Amino acid sequence: MESLAILKRVGERFPGKVLELSERKPDPFAVVDSASIVEFGRFLRDDPEFAMDCLSNETGVDYKEHVEVVYHLFSYSHRHGCELKVKLPRANPEVASVEEIWRAANWMEREIFDLLGVNFIGHSDMRRILMPEDWLGYPLRKDFVEPLEYHGIATVRESPIIRLDQQKKK
Amino acid sequence: MSEAFHTEEMTLNMGPQHPSTHGVLRFVIKADGEVMREAIPDVGYLHRSIEKIAEKVGYHGFMPYTDRVDYVCAMFTNQGWAMACEKLGNVEVPRRGEYCRVIATEFNRLASHLLTVGLMGMDIGAMTPFLHALREREMINDLIEELCGARLTFNYMRIGGVAWDLPPGWREKAIAYLDHLAPILDEFNSLFSYNKICIERLANVAVIDAADAINYNLVGPNLRASGVNWDVRKDMPYSVYPELEFDVPLGSGEWGTTGDAMDRYMMRIREMVQSSRILRQALKQMPEGAVLGKVVRNFKPPAGECQIRVESARGDQGWYVVSDGTGFPWRVHVRTGSFAAMGMIQKLSRGLMIADLVVLIASLDVIAPEIDR
Amino acid sequence: MPLLNTLPDYVLTTKTDELINWMRKSSLWYMLFGLACCAIELMHTGGPRSDIERFGATPRASARQSDLMIIAGTLTLKMALRTRLLYDQMPDPKYVISMGSCSNCGGLFQLAYSVCDGVDKVLPVDVYVPGCPPRPEALTEGLLKLQEKIMSERWLARAKAVEPIAQA
Repeated sequence: MESLAILKRVGERFPGKVLELSERKPDPFAVVDSASIVEFGRFLRDDPEFAMDCLSNETGVDYKEHVEVVYHLFSYSHRHGCELKVKLPRANPEVASVEEIWRAANWMEREIFDLLGVNFIGHSDMRRILMPEDWLGYPLRKDFVEPLEYHGIATVRESPIIRLDQQKKK
Repeated sequence: MSEAFHTEEMTLNMGPQHPSTHGVLRFVIKADGEVMREAIPDVGYLHRSIEKIAEKVGYHGFMPYTDRVDYVCAMFTNQGWAMACEKLGNVEVPRRGEYCRVIATEFNRLASHLLTVGLMGMDIGAMTPFLHALREREMINDLIEELCGARLTFNYMRIGGVAWDLPPGWREKAIAYLDHLAPILDEFNSLFSYNKICIERLANVAVIDAADAINYNLVGPNLRASGVNWDVRKDMPYSVYPELEFDVPLGSGEWGTTGDAMDRYMMRIREMVQSSRILRQALKQMPEGAVLGKVVRNFKPPAGECQIRVESARGDQGWYVVSDGTGFPWRVHVRTGSFAAMGMIQKLSRGLMIADLVVLIASLDVIAPEIDR
Repeated sequence: MPLLNTLPDYVLTTKTDELINWMRKSSLWYMLFGLACCAIELMHTGGPRSDIERFGATPRASARQSDLMIIAGTLTLKMALRTRLLYDQMPDPKYVISMGSCSNCGGLFQLAYSVCDGVDKVLPVDVYVPGCPPRPEALTEGLLKLQEKIMSERWLARAKAVEPIAQA
């Protein structure tokens, strides 16, 4: 089934929960209500017509007013997939975890928490995965400011080109 | 002799620096003697913030960084990024450029699998298969160096095609190398793969069944070893793969159970044979023409997002790119096979011995930059 | 007649410094500290074509058994503290070769938030080998330069100990 057709069928099955259906090229997606993402996921996995048994990708994107979590689902038996999105407020982004449905979400959600600060309710092990445990801040956000030092190591390095230019000017 | 024998569980650290050369990975191992209760992976020691750098350097400038996402098979990441930008910006690649891409990537698949099977030998404890594999890999490095100038991080592909055409005489050298490799693979198999020690160490270790593999999002040779028939080149074909004929090897549990470490290892050996087949056809069928399409210098694709899948040596690599209409991407994300494989290790390691953990990591073929990016 | 001319052919004369330095430079055992892409080129340098073992350099897995540390690859801030710990575990006299642009100065990852720009912020470096990644021949040249440096040492007057970085 085509990706857009899947999203339309899901919208008919859950009226009112699909907030925006994009036909935008190249890839269509559907924005769904963030409170019902677990319900959507379970339906898409268990219904034999869709059988999305694989969470192929889960990632987060920071738009300046809100944060989005994007889910790419895929079915190995039917060879089709679709893309769902959830929009969360920037101040305190929280959404239910889909780890119970697809185990692949365990590490992917930890990464989104680490880099963007989205809290996943119901996750078994919510802690940082890529950055050190005592790192402050969420690096992939657009307003992230790099710290000047970490444990005594300075994070900037003087550029030799600037020093040579200054020497030439003298 | 009435004293009780006091036993307790050990917590060991298989630290970020260790001789199993799959990169800087750390495991906290809770072990009862030699048998592990659990091995908890700790990653992030090679997190080089490549995804954030994409937002600073622009579309053309990001190509060298994609090499470093997976440096052992860098051509695939190059191709994935180029394809994502082409899909966003609606750029067409000339046919000779597509054939050059297929040839470069399949040679890279050979090189990557050679390194994997060699490292499997070294991780078990045999140094010689590693040197045999490196000897063949050096010859592929020579060929690719003639093609694009670099041995490891190539930066060969551009948005719209490839950077340079095949040099004169290269085609004959490539075919001569493929003729040289075929008996060497048989020799390697009889020396190492079918060796009784290798089979005893690898068979029936860390069996992954198909349902688990799909649930944890394993891809590539790991998924095919568990019996799931999915290869992006056949099932969601891209580039000129529809015109090339090849088989997709599947795991069948000949030496133990379907989905054990021996199956995952043999997938790579069989994929090398198939890659040689693809290369011979591609080198023969190449049309004449340009290798690079017309792309403007300040490349500004229209606002939108897309997802691309490429069958890399480590599995189905997904690229998700969001563009906002300017010359710099808004968000770039690579979903790699090694990240998902590492997420599975905590579950698979229960009940294994510490030496089997090394075999498990080597058979899953994880590489640190793919996990950490 | 000087004593030197009366000695038979099979007698060698040399200075103690040179003899000891010659023994030390011909058996530099390096610790496998491959972090990133340069690690693959380090493996190739120890491989069959450009064999670094003919200069006496064997890979060792443990820091306690090695006297050379070849930092091959990008040093992230998370790894930098562990690198310092491993350097302190090596017995004296020890040397460091910084291989590749990432460990020389941060390389192309200077734009990153999580990368330590250069390993010389954490350790003292003896030889810098440029390249991204450096060819096996370049790394061999770096090792030979280090051997020249060792030959010019006076082992009785070894350099002072390095100060530790502030531990949080």
